[in-house]
Amino acid sequence: MSTSSQGVSRRSFGKLAATAAVAAVGGTTLGACSTRGGTASPDAPLRVTAINHVWSHAIADRLEEIEDRIKRRVSLSMLTADQLTSSYNVKLNASATDVDVMMVRALQEQLLFAHNGWLVDLTDRVEGDAGFRWNDFQQAPRERSAVDGSVLSVPVVTERPALYYRRDLVEDFGGPPGTLDELMDLSLELADRRDNFFGFVGRGQRNGAVSQWSSFLYSFGGDFVVDGRSALATPEAIAAYEYYGRLLHETGPPGATNMSLEQAMPIFAQGKAAFYVDADAIYTNFLDPGVSTVQDEVGFAPFPAGPAGARPHNIPSWSLGINEFSLLRDDAWEFLRWASGPEMVAALQAEGIPGARESAWTDGGTLGSFPAELAETMRISAERGVGTDRPQVLQVARARDIVGRPLVAGILGESVPGVARDADAEFDEFLVRDNRYREG
Amino acid sequence: MATTSTRPGGRRTAGTPRTFEQANRRLKWAMLAPALAFVGLMIVFPLLFTLNLGFTDAFGAVNADRSFVGLRNFQDALSDTRRFWPAIERTVVFTVGAVAVETALGLALAMLMRRAFRGMRWVRTILIIPLLTTPVAIGILWLLILDPTNGVANHILDSLGLPTQEFLGSVSQSLPTLMFIDVWQWTPMMTLLLLAGLSTLPEEPEEAALVDGAGPWQRFRHVVLPMLMPTLMTALVLRSVDALKTFDILYATKGPGGGSDYEVETLNVYAYGLTFDYQEYGLASAVLVLFTLFIIAVVVLLRRRAGRKEA
Repeated sequence: MSTSSQGVSRRSFGKLAATAAVAAVGGTTLGACSTRGGTASPDAPLRVTAINHVWSHAIADRLEEIEDRIKRRVSLSMLTADQLTSSYNVKLNASATDVDVMMVRALQEQLLFAHNGWLVDLTDRVEGDAGFRWNDFQQAPRERSAVDGSVLSVPVVTERPALYYRRDLVEDFGGPPGTLDELMDLSLELADRRDNFFGFVGRGQRNGAVSQWSSFLYSFGGDFVVDGRSALATPEAIAAYEYYGRLLHETGPPGATNMSLEQAMPIFAQGKAAFYVDADAIYTNFLDPGVSTVQDEVGFAPFPAGPAGARPHNIPSWSLGINEFSLLRDDAWEFLRWASGPEMVAALQAEGIPGARESAWTDGGTLGSFPAELAETMRISAERGVGTDRPQVLQVARARDIVGRPLVAGILGESVPGVARDADAEFDEFLVRDNRYREG
Repeated sequence: MATTSTRPGGRRTAGTPRTFEQANRRLKWAMLAPALAFVGLMIVFPLLFTLNLGFTDAFGAVNADRSFVGLRNFQDALSDTRRFWPAIERTVVFTVGAVAVETALGLALAMLMRRAFRGMRWVRTILIIPLLTTPVAIGILWLLILDPTNGVANHILDSLGLPTQEFLGSVSQSLPTLMFIDVWQWTPMMTLLLLAGLSTLPEEPEEAALVDGAGPWQRFRHVVLPMLMPTLMTALVLRSVDALKTFDILYATKGPGGGSDYEVETLNVYAYGLTFDYQEYGLASAVLVLFTLFIIAVVVLLRRRAGRKEA
């Protein structure tokens, strides 16, 4: 082959590659354009993307009801939390129309999705529909559903921390600890780490532990951000870091920094820990004889009081929103209205799924399915609850990574103040950048 | 019309009709078009798009407005001593450590299995089981085995009177543990590749060395190894590139960010986090471009060494 023919071949290849690239760009752009302003086929199903959660399973059992109402098939897909986030990132970046109703974590991704313009503004629908009774939703979850005054999601599952404890072990000490000091003392007293028994178990992963640790932070009088600046190195925050770190370092299981819910929960369920603080929504794991060896001994208590009192979080863990690119917005709203309406929330709460409506919480009948001690714990936490368990920023994952660093240092038994000051400086820089993104 | 070729080595010959040649040339491109379109859409376009994003401040959504920021993302990545450079270091440590052990063990096993023995088929079948298992399943399997509280590994250590370990729960033990899992999974591939290479070697040189009085080590070092070098270097390149890009097993066992102290955060895990956890598409693209250049550099280096050895 001659040089010239090789040159021609390369040029031809280059032209083809460029054409393919342009075609791809064009295709993407055209694809994006075609999704806006189109109409859905009458046969197209309403697509609901949800977390694999008891709430979703309960809704899946009732889909016929809404299908009759909207005269359209409903397709419900369930994914894990990570899969759900990745799926939204991929699909909505391509302006996809194959998601109508989105289950979202209002505190984790709502600000970012709002920034990206991925969620429909529901303000007029929720406030303009008298039968929906928007004011019936608890104040804290309701506030977290709005961004800059626009309601972008409707909370369907709420969550508070509960102190799970072993009745048989605390009997001699006069019952479960009411304060964080008592929790520390009892955990130290009951731990027998050589015999593989732990005083306290809880989440210890840098990122994953932040939400549960928030109740410790609030109860020590701290917060993530004060007046727009990082508050990670305040005496209160450092005390909360040191407390939680010591609790896990001295009384917790080995490998705690690799523990999220999936690793920590079985340790308590298998009877290897005296205390466990985590979401109240997971209580069924400890009552199921197939998973738990402590179903007869497990007790439920409100989050213990710290120097600033007991200030657990009370958050909308899962909410429903509508995809901005959906071609079935009216049907999607009908689904939301049905799935988060007063009747449905009361019915699901009566099955043990805590919702966000005041009417359900004041109706004694809806709490009947919860163990009495847990129902009281939930009621108290809902009253005292702080509406967030993580920094309210666009990049929540990055913020949690920064906030969690001193926590990990504490759990590893390292000195906390230096790491907290370093994290504080990094968090301050992060907040400036996050604000810039928000304004831009 | 008959024509005559004017180019030396040209395909056109006397008597070939121009229309047939043109049709033939078009047919060539028509046959190539699907493959070229696939390469263009699936490889060239994403690469160009990533390169383009690397020079912008893309954040939040890929299709959102973005501004050209020149080399800022590359500067940010290269000056990041908290995450980027430690991730490079871990990538190198993981790759060099795991691939070195896999190569040594793979070679040793291949030499042992070189001669036929009873039950060889069974051994070969068992060897490929880790290769057939998905990395996420392997991750979950080892998480259960190595769980510090409920895992089998610590029960065994305890029953033998040895101190129990935190394994993947420990900041310092996580990377070595994952290198061990990688070795467990990929040594069989090295063994099979090298075994295939050994089976093609002529036996005469080794027999001649034996006649000359060379011992087993001398025959291996001075006869077998030089002849096996092309296969060995190919296996090394393939495995190194694969190890550099390891993601699934790290993510399945340690989650986002490669653990609480970023202890197993390699460049691939870091780039994934920037993209899907932080939505910093501009910076993530710059890191991916640097990562691609890094892999190309490693391949070129290994190929050059292979060329020298073969020469």
